[in-house]
Amino acid sequence: MSKSGISRPGTPYLLLLPGVAFLFTFFLWPIANLAQTSTQTPVAGGDTGEYEQSLRWQNYIDAFLENKEQFGRSFLYAAIATVAALAIAYPLAYAIAFKAGKYKNVLLVLVVAPFFTSFLLRTIAWKQILGEQGFVVPLLRDLHIIAPSTTLTSSAFAVVSGMTYNFLPFMTLPIYASIDRIDPRTLEASGDLYANGLTTFRKVTLPLSMPGVVAGTLLTFIPAAGDYVNAAILGSPQTKMIGNVIESRFFKIVDYPTAAALSFTLMAAILILVTVYIRKAGTDELV
Amino acid sequence: MSEKSSIQGDLRLTNVTKSYGDFTAVNDLSLTIPEGSFFALLGPSGCGKTTTLRMVAGLEEPTQGTISLGSTDITYTKPYQRPINTVFQNYALFPHLTIFENIAFGLRRRGIKDVKEQVEKALELVELSHLSARKPTQLSGGQQQRIALARAIVNRPALLLLDEPLGALDLKLRRQMQIELKWIQKEVGLTFVHVTHDQEEAMTMADTIAVMNEGEIEQLGSPADLYDNPKTAFVANFLGQSNLIKGTITGNDGDNHIVDLFGQKISLAKNRSHAVDNSIFAGIRPEKFRISRLATPFSGNVLSGGKIEDVSYIGVSTQYQVLMPWGQELMVFEQNDDAVAPFSVGEDVNISWEAGFTFALRGDEDAEAGTEVNPEEIIEDDE
Repeated sequence: MSKSGISRPGTPYLLLLPGVAFLFTFFLWPIANLAQTSTQTPVAGGDTGEYEQSLRWQNYIDAFLENKEQFGRSFLYAAIATVAALAIAYPLAYAIAFKAGKYKNVLLVLVVAPFFTSFLLRTIAWKQILGEQGFVVPLLRDLHIIAPSTTLTSSAFAVVSGMTYNFLPFMTLPIYASIDRIDPRTLEASGDLYANGLTTFRKVTLPLSMPGVVAGTLLTFIPAAGDYVNAAILGSPQTKMIGNVIESRFFKIVDYPTAAALSFTLMAAILILVTVYIRKAGTDELV
Repeated sequence: MSEKSSIQGDLRLTNVTKSYGDFTAVNDLSLTIPEGSFFALLGPSGCGKTTTLRMVAGLEEPTQGTISLGSTDITYTKPYQRPINTVFQNYALFPHLTIFENIAFGLRRRGIKDVKEQVEKALELVELSHLSARKPTQLSGGQQQRIALARAIVNRPALLLLDEPLGALDLKLRRQMQIELKWIQKEVGLTFVHVTHDQEEAMTMADTIAVMNEGEIEQLGSPADLYDNPKTAFVANFLGQSNLIKGTITGNDGDNHIVDLFGQKISLAKNRSHAVDNSIFAGIRPEKFRISRLATPFSGNVLSGGKIEDVSYIGVSTQYQVLMPWGQELMVFEQNDDAVAPFSVGEDVNISWEAGFTFALRGDEDAEAGTEVNPEEIIEDDE
């Protein structure tokens, strides 16, 4: 390597430069900006949206206490959507990796296909699916699973369904990648060593696919916790998530400090949860 | 080590056929492998040896025929219900488990009590006790191979299957492991069935070899049998090298046939002829030939009129290509063990050999069968 002159000491830094510059401009700088906004207070006698720095940390406490219900709901919905997506994605990924044969690539394209339509359109479509004119509600009523008066739109169910659907590819693809990497001979070896199908799954397949499961749950949970589109389109005031609060504080109420403080609190909460999760899952050795 | 499995005895394959669509991988194969033996299935890539092994392991179901172990029919039992363990090609160790847990896997599935003790014994057998806490990826190829062996042997199966177990190792390590495997087989006294495309490996280790070609067994016997008295051109060429010379049986002399090879008469023991009529291929192994200068006296069969075409000195022996009057080049291996000066290219020579070394094959065979395969090639998948 060193002979070619490619590895002059400065080269790696030079290669890093575009990325670092991008991150600085579009991530670090805005984050710093957001941080300093979060402790501002309104200018006395100023216009709406005019704030000045006064290092008011109390903003954080006020913002949290005012919205703890939405925080709780965000994490609850995100958790339910993650579990639901996992329950759908795992068998799907397993089937694509092991059973699809020559249809493998077609099925993978189908998993990604929804990305070709707008996220918003797909979410609005769920309004139709769960609406009175859709087939889901009449069917569930006929089967007496829901009462004749119950509707599914503007409900927690609709919000969680929308999130599960929208984040499903993010769950499926990493799990698929993990399962696809498993050497089928290790599964044969497990059968050879007296493990039946179920035991082989528990002792070999599942542990070996854990990196995908961890990646998939993170890729689903993190955006789901901060999501506001699903709640805005499919929910009601009773299903408001923290994303919706931040959105309305920024754009409607023009309460920048509270929105900034909420954003930071959300980031911190996600960071802590994710760290604990990765520690518990203990997959670092597997990657 | 734990009790041997309750099912035991000879492994018997009866009229086993395995087809994939139009392709017949194994064709009406019948075979008995005696308990306690070291048996090798030898053949080139695609000959059906791995498919046969996988059917014995339970990883494939035969299209027809039965497989039994002792008196128990195991044709359709699941792999995990068979007292058979496999050492997989490329080992297939569990990457998420430690070496200890890899070896303990089979014991734990069967609910054996003294797992720790038995795993430790198996690790001692393969001399890798110090690695029990490692993960498979932290081991060298040779070490992984031994762990795969320990993981199978610890279960004391009635039958141990080895699928090209040494294929991924370098030549030197492979030679060493061959000796070690043979020693371990004697030590534990299990039946080993070894699949390989490497004739030298099969001959070094196995008591009995079945040479397979195109889904069928060409010949079965001890390594010496197969080498000295091959029945088909395929076996003659696949196991070592052979000179096959087209000829005709012209008469008899007691227990011998008199054979005409392009106008020169040689003799051939009748019981070493596998020909069906007078048209034959006379077969002689290259190291059985002696080269002599013209007018030197000799005994046994002689072919005269040769000319040295090529000389390669390879240490223990010198290999000569000798062009015969009928245009065929014969291969001759001469030991470098006497004071005779090596022959040089262009010299006119005679070739002689002990009549008893000659074997005869059917004259309608393809003399090239089994030569075009390269036994050293590493085969990833044999199906």
